[in-house]
Amino acid sequence: MDAKEIIARRVAREVKPDMLVNLGIGLPSLVAHYLPKDVHVFFQAENGVIGLGARPPEGMEDPDLTDAGGSYVTAMPGAASIDSAMSFGLIRGGHLDMTVLGGLEVDERGYLANWMVPGKMVPGMGGAMDLVSGAKKVVVAMAHTAKGGHKIVSRCSLPLTAVRRVSLIVTEMALIEPTDAGLALRERGPGVSLREIQDATGAALIIEGEPPEMQLG
Amino acid sequence: MKLAITADVAASLIPDGASLLIGGFMGVGSPHRLIDALVKRGAKNLTVIANDTAWPGRGVGKLISAGAVMKLVASHIGLNPETQARMIAGEIDVELAPQGTLIERIRAGGVGLGGVLTATGLGTLVEKGKRIVEVDGKSYLLETPIRADFALIAAKQADYYGNLEYSLTAHNFNPIIALAGDVVIAEPQTIVPVGVISPDSVKTPGVLVTHLLERAF
Repeated sequence: MDAKEIIARRVAREVKPDMLVNLGIGLPSLVAHYLPKDVHVFFQAENGVIGLGARPPEGMEDPDLTDAGGSYVTAMPGAASIDSAMSFGLIRGGHLDMTVLGGLEVDERGYLANWMVPGKMVPGMGGAMDLVSGAKKVVVAMAHTAKGGHKIVSRCSLPLTAVRRVSLIVTEMALIEPTDAGLALRERGPGVSLREIQDATGAALIIEGEPPEMQLG
Repeated sequence: MKLAITADVAASLIPDGASLLIGGFMGVGSPHRLIDALVKRGAKNLTVIANDTAWPGRGVGKLISAGAVMKLVASHIGLNPETQARMIAGEIDVELAPQGTLIERIRAGGVGLGGVLTATGLGTLVEKGKRIVEVDGKSYLLETPIRADFALIAAKQADYYGNLEYSLTAHNFNPIIALAGDVVIAEPQTIVPVGVISPDSVKTPGVLVTHLLERAF
């Protein structure tokens, strides 16, 4: 199992029946593949659909039906198409149960930076700031390190996405919950030792007892 | 009743230097024939307010490639390297805004509100130069309304009163920008006789539409 699959499988376990969930593009979108068959959830794409379905077979694409990454998708039975004000009203108004986003850095306060690298990458924040500010539960799904560099740090050096504490950080090495006291290590990745996690983390971790290994669905 | 006009006639109504609200999300639900006609006319010094600039050769990206845009307000330019290059070269003045904030600023402009109070962007680069307003002990950013000289809308279907119906994720910014342009030009895929569109299906009442483009085919 590669790192992305570990992360996606673990995040999928956070998805509960009938939630309204927004998955970011890239790694977070993989979470949809690992939901138990009997769990019904509503996936929102912020460009305007609730009840996002899988990619259509080739030749059956609708040019008016894409996800927020611009890829062709389908709409599930019971889906609703909405305009951007409604879509972001759901996000900002606290109606979105959970959002899963990628991250560049997360710090000890639980603050996320994921929308720009000054001088290198200025793609714009899209809906990320609204999602992190407004969703009930914010899950950051990302690789634990980047080319050996720490991504979980004591203070973000990159511009913040929001000054709201995220709910969970899920990597291939660890599941971490930001708390009032700091970053609490709740679970270890498959076959990963506490020492390895600490070495790969640029922030202090709160470790109580022996954090169990992740259960992957 | 409105007489449908050609895209070239519509483009001739839009002077150089005009400000344009343009519908679409990565080109889905963008007024493609209007954009093509503006490029053909050689429009210059436009201010464009849109969610994104799609990618080179697609949607708003065509206006960017043609050098028609002087100022851009958008939430995401990450899939269009040309927008980023022109921004870095100083050819286009780019203002990046969170997507939910952008659509609400446009809505505010369209419905006569003096601004929007939102937590999105607090404590981030978006906060710079903006007033922070406290309401019942909570802090919000004051985001100002946006209007433009023109709103360019794509719709699935229109009637000859200009009533508009949209399709799936091609709603996005369109129903909202219809309120915020001094002149509103709608580009429907088809036009049907008055009375064919059910009142319940009309998302943009025809009274908002100034000009109707002829059907696509």
